[in-house]
Amino acid sequence: MSLDRIGVIYRKELRDTLRDRRTIISTIVLPILMFPLLTLGFSFVATRSMQKVQKETSTVMLLGEEHAPRLADLIRHAGGIQVIAPAADYSARISAKRLRAAVEFPPDFEKTLGDSSSKIPEVKIYHFEGETRSQVAVGNIRRLLGDYRKQLVEARLAAGGLGREVLRPFETREENVAPPKKVGGNVVGGLFPYLIIFLCFMGALAPAIDLTAGEKERGTIETILASPVSRADLVMGKFLMVFTASIVTAVVSLTSFALTFSLPFLAARELSGGRHVPFSISVPGVTAMLLLMLPLAVMFAAALMAIGLWSKTTREAHSYVSPLMLLVLMPAMAAMVPGFDLNARLALIPVLNVSLVSREVLSGNYPWLQILLVFGSSCVYAAAALSLAVAAFKRELVLFRT
Amino acid sequence: MIEASNLTKVFRDRKRGEIHAAAGINLRCQGGQIYGLLGANGAGKTTTLRLLATILRPTEGTALVAGFDIRGQPDKVRANIGFLSTATALYDRLTARETVEYFGRLNGLSGETLRERVEELFALLDIHEFGDRRCDKLSTGMKQKVSIARTLVHDPPVMIFDEPTLGLDVLAARTIAGFIRDCRSRGKTVIFSSHVMSEVEKLCDRIGIIHNGRLLADGTMVELRQRTGQDDLEEIFVRTVERAA
Repeated sequence: MSLDRIGVIYRKELRDTLRDRRTIISTIVLPILMFPLLTLGFSFVATRSMQKVQKETSTVMLLGEEHAPRLADLIRHAGGIQVIAPAADYSARISAKRLRAAVEFPPDFEKTLGDSSSKIPEVKIYHFEGETRSQVAVGNIRRLLGDYRKQLVEARLAAGGLGREVLRPFETREENVAPPKKVGGNVVGGLFPYLIIFLCFMGALAPAIDLTAGEKERGTIETILASPVSRADLVMGKFLMVFTASIVTAVVSLTSFALTFSLPFLAARELSGGRHVPFSISVPGVTAMLLLMLPLAVMFAAALMAIGLWSKTTREAHSYVSPLMLLVLMPAMAAMVPGFDLNARLALIPVLNVSLVSREVLSGNYPWLQILLVFGSSCVYAAAALSLAVAAFKRELVLFRT
Repeated sequence: MIEASNLTKVFRDRKRGEIHAAAGINLRCQGGQIYGLLGANGAGKTTTLRLLATILRPTEGTALVAGFDIRGQPDKVRANIGFLSTATALYDRLTARETVEYFGRLNGLSGETLRERVEELFALLDIHEFGDRRCDKLSTGMKQKVSIARTLVHDPPVMIFDEPTLGLDVLAARTIAGFIRDCRSRGKTVIFSSHVMSEVEKLCDRIGIIHNGRLLADGTMVELRQRTGQDDLEEIFVRTVERAA
């Protein structure tokens, strides 16, 4: 192996990649924009549209209004609700989104309210499950019915000479005793590794395919194969480029993630008058997690290159990668499943092992034996993937597959 | 010099079975000579040249290229050849200069030596005008010149060209032909494949007729004429192929 030649290939691939708009977008631009757009942008749009919906007047139908004149009057005069005349086709109208909800009062509702001998009356609310505007109307009606129920209870308690404390004989208060770093680790422990695994994979994806299947497609593979550079040097040079892209994506995304989430967090701390908020991220934990991710990034880069090389075109490579993405994401998500803990057997399953051990180290737990097992097995998988890529580069059948 | 003995390449295809793309090819081409490999599409020209360039490994037999064995010393063989074909494209996102410099570095050149060599080639091939333009912005003729500079940057003693004029216009094809002649006058060993009879007749010192992976005839134009009793290369080719069928 010649380090000089690997360096020459790496620098050329770096220059080439930096001029490829698609790779720059997927490696740098997208990771920078993803978190602010997904979180702040999405929540801004969602809040705005929810506020808009809440400001709208909901059309509501009252069925059997004559049995509950007082309650009906309350609903009629409540803000945001427009009561329309009852009709038999109320459910069809709700389904067609022409009516938000219908409230049905049972016969003699108000007359039987104070009667302890009769059955507890039931008010029915007809609505469209999952439809936002219908749910807003249901929320408003529930609130009105709740207020009315509270008034009745308070009146009855007063009539019996009892205070409100009868209904609430004691209070509860919760207090966190775990150190802030453990709280932080627990909160982000599942999400953080998942995001980094996903982003390492995504960062490697575009350059790995471009430098293999892309070269075949553009006809430059034969040009480079006819040069005196050995196949192993060629793979190493290309691999280092893909690995760089993977790491850059992860670092850029992490920075964007940290800024996106820390700014509102810091603002919240400022608003709370500098009070101690029990949340912080352990720097040694994050460092340990990133170190554990390195062999995983190597494995992704090498495996994606082998797939890219096997494919005739970039399009074919992308179609092979899609199912692989699922294989990567599912174990990566495992760290977010409560009660799914690391053990010696799981420490040997690629991706899943790193995902689970990252959760531990982020929470401040360092099970050294398992950490070593995870790191060791990840290195073995990375070496295997790299050998696979080198072997693919040496196979004529793969290089000249037509 | 190129010396192939029993050079064989068998591809295994699930549907078609074994394909003998090169079947026991023996040929010899000396320095200062142009050897033309003449054959129809799919005759085995590309496979033979890829074997000589060590892009493919032979199933049987071997060849010496510039004194190095293609089986045992492939890296050394590649360091001593310039390989140009229609399939050897350029990197679109690199400039002409970056491309030639890249291949120079891969061939062990650096610093002042590399800079001087690139300047020399750019002057020789008239590349200066578009030297700093990206390859995807170059015309076919310009690309061909850059490809030539790329193959010559390390001044190899052996040149291998696989259908170098395929798809080129008359002017670009003339540039290539002139370049091949120039290689011969510099004492290089040149082997090139083509299915264009006139091109082969004009350029080559020796001609090999290849069909179904087998080298059916090999010799100078005079020798081939004597053997077949035909004057025209097209007739010689057809007669040789028919005789073998």
